[in-house]
Amino acid sequence: MSLATTAVEPAESPLTPESWGKLGMWVFLAGDAMSFGALLAGYGAIRAGSLDWPIPQEILGIKLTAFMTFLLICSSLTMVKGLSAIKHGDSKGLVRFMLVTALSGLVFLGLQAYEWTHLIQHGLTLTSNPYGSYLFGTTFYLITGFHGAHVTVGVIYLTIIALRGMKGKYSAENANGVEIAGLYWHFVDLVWILVFTFVYLI
Amino acid sequence: MTSATAVKEVHTTHERQGFLKTYIFSLDHKMIAKQFLLLGLFMIWIGGGLALLLRWQLAYPEQPLPLIGASEQYLETGEPQSSMDRFWDSELSKSDDEQGWLTKRMPVGIITPAFYNALFTMHATIMIFFVVMPILIGCFGNFLIPLMIGAGDMAFPSLNMLSFWIAVLAGIIMIAGFLVPGGHAASGWTAYAPLSSDPTWTGVDWGQNLWCISLVVLGISSLMGSINYITTIINMRAPGMTFMRLPLVIWSLFIVAILLLLALPVLTAAIAMLLFDRLAGTTFFNAAGGGDPLLWQHLFWFFGHPEVYILILPAMGVVSEILPVFSRKPIFGYKAMVLALSGIAFLGWIVWGHHMFQSGMNPALGATFMISTMLISVPSAIKTFNWLGTLWGGNITFPAPMLNALAFVSMFVIGGLSGIYMASTVVDIFIHDTYYIVAHIHYVVFGGSIFGLFAAAYYWFPKMFGRMMNQTLSKVHFWFTFIPFNCTFFPMHILGIGGHMRRIYNPMQYEFLQQFEGWNIFISISAFVLGFSQLIFLFNFFWSMFKGKKADDNPWKATTLEWTTATPPPHGNFDVLPTVYHGPCEYSVPGAKKDFTMQTENVDLQAMSGNGGNGA
Repeated sequence: MSLATTAVEPAESPLTPESWGKLGMWVFLAGDAMSFGALLAGYGAIRAGSLDWPIPQEILGIKLTAFMTFLLICSSLTMVKGLSAIKHGDSKGLVRFMLVTALSGLVFLGLQAYEWTHLIQHGLTLTSNPYGSYLFGTTFYLITGFHGAHVTVGVIYLTIIALRGMKGKYSAENANGVEIAGLYWHFVDLVWILVFTFVYLI
Repeated sequence: MTSATAVKEVHTTHERQGFLKTYIFSLDHKMIAKQFLLLGLFMIWIGGGLALLLRWQLAYPEQPLPLIGASEQYLETGEPQSSMDRFWDSELSKSDDEQGWLTKRMPVGIITPAFYNALFTMHATIMIFFVVMPILIGCFGNFLIPLMIGAGDMAFPSLNMLSFWIAVLAGIIMIAGFLVPGGHAASGWTAYAPLSSDPTWTGVDWGQNLWCISLVVLGISSLMGSINYITTIINMRAPGMTFMRLPLVIWSLFIVAILLLLALPVLTAAIAMLLFDRLAGTTFFNAAGGGDPLLWQHLFWFFGHPEVYILILPAMGVVSEILPVFSRKPIFGYKAMVLALSGIAFLGWIVWGHHMFQSGMNPALGATFMISTMLISVPSAIKTFNWLGTLWGGNITFPAPMLNALAFVSMFVIGGLSGIYMASTVVDIFIHDTYYIVAHIHYVVFGGSIFGLFAAAYYWFPKMFGRMMNQTLSKVHFWFTFIPFNCTFFPMHILGIGGHMRRIYNPMQYEFLQQFEGWNIFISISAFVLGFSQLIFLFNFFWSMFKGKKADDNPWKATTLEWTTATPPPHGNFDVLPTVYHGPCEYSVPGAKKDFTMQTENVDLQAMSGNGGNGA
């Protein structure tokens, strides 16, 4: 049972600096998933223990948020198209798709701002809720706000990628930065689907 | 990726850099490691000082502190006798608004109950988050990972630098809490709601807010650190450095990085809720508003129990590195050690409820947590017996690193065994929130982590600073730490069994605790000796940095990669990227020319000994 021989076994992963960034982003997303996980678990615990939790559909506009969800899923598609464009050496396609993706994120944020103002006008705030438990409003704003912050960061991130694309920083061989941004953006979309399900639908 | 190119730039364009780039905003992992070390060594004096103030109050309740307190005659007659008396006399004659910082916290040198609460809260917070974590993980993680896996630096040097300076920012915010009106956080390091969530209970306003903000900021720093550690260990190992050839300290840091990554965001989320409760008037942890104070406990301990392993696993790794070197034997059961580390890390996630046996949980749930907690003793025992197996029949020598490593093993056994008592729901009902708990956690975190920290500091000091630490002073420091440590913390078991409460301001107000006055005085005197003998370490550390004997490249005759490069290692660590041929502990291989075979030596150990080397 001995592995100690003169033969050099290469380390499992070769030294590829290109892959560091990708792995780093995966690791970050694992940690970030835990913060969303903690918020959603806290939300679940509070809701399960509440006697006057309102039915979300009666307060929140499902049609609007269903459209927002659709928009975000579509933006994941344009993200994939952008990566595919640059992998084929199409720098203009990359910029175009990145801008479309960032714009979708921006529209999402605009709709969220509209939704929030509308709800606040109807009395649902961080500390008040005319329809039942105050914590409905608290958890709603905290979780959607935390997600909205991620979308904001994503829009800035994608805009930077688009700007760098315009300067010709990416090519078919050098598309790693785009792929890493894509990981982040898909994560933000995926989390939204969980938020939409738990906060709006169930 | 930008950071990847940044690494290349650092290494190729490195000429002599300016002071700022070399010492302050350095991207070199070795300099960042030293910065973390200094941060920890600075904070340890604050954290330790708070503990000594606590011990004064417990031994001599509501008596003026020595040196700065008012004299007995002054307290009796009101006639100032000394300059301190006159100081207190003028302070007390002022109005509340004009009184100084000291007078608000300890008028005439007597610690107030409110300040006492802040003392124990901040002692734990500082020791855990700003001493053990920066030194064991920030310093030794940064220093050892690239050197021991054969890499030039971390994967993301800029992120690494940011991680340090964000930790400093968190430290400044935490210290600032001492200065704000209302005093620092006083709800215990566990910050149980509603004590922490509503300022009316403790009277602490911005102290607790700053505590929260500081830990959120520190969470960002740790997140950056763990991303760096995980990526570096997975992707930057030298050729031949397979996972099963990694030194055990790297294994432990890898697993700790994963725990940090997954645990700290949970704390951050919980603290965000706490801050909303405090600042925005929400009711997450307020039952009157539909919230649940127990939710804080669940979230906190879901972070908090992995955190305990975050504190102890690096020290276990350090000891697994040091015992083979000074026994001249391979580590006993390398694979079992790796599996045990992973097992502890996994089980750490499903035991948090054992901190909450008294919270009124369903007894069936309590029993589940009891069993999962007791399961942890299995991997812990595997590690302990493997350490003993490593020592067995070895050619043992006792320089300072070895003494501290042996102290770790023996103190960890005591702390581990007392942990099993608490894991039992029935026993825990009796000892919950008593000094038994205080004894246990100090045997694990001081007896474990801090002795591990000293062992690591003594062992790697030559590599870090290029000089040996003075051996005589090191040994004096060890014995002046080891003996007072046991005198301080062992009697706390006795107090705990006697019902001495954990966070009590003045035990003498209870008749049944008055019998413990002698023990409390004994403990406090031991604690003062323990605290002041750390000055020996401090002196030795800085004296040796400049005046110590010059160290050669491999002073301990160890086998791992950091000892193959120059002392101290150059920028970029290795002149030529090393190639690895063996596991980390090839000591006393039968037939080999010398009693240690470096990981980089291309020799066929199998052929020499006839039956293979010492394993992987």
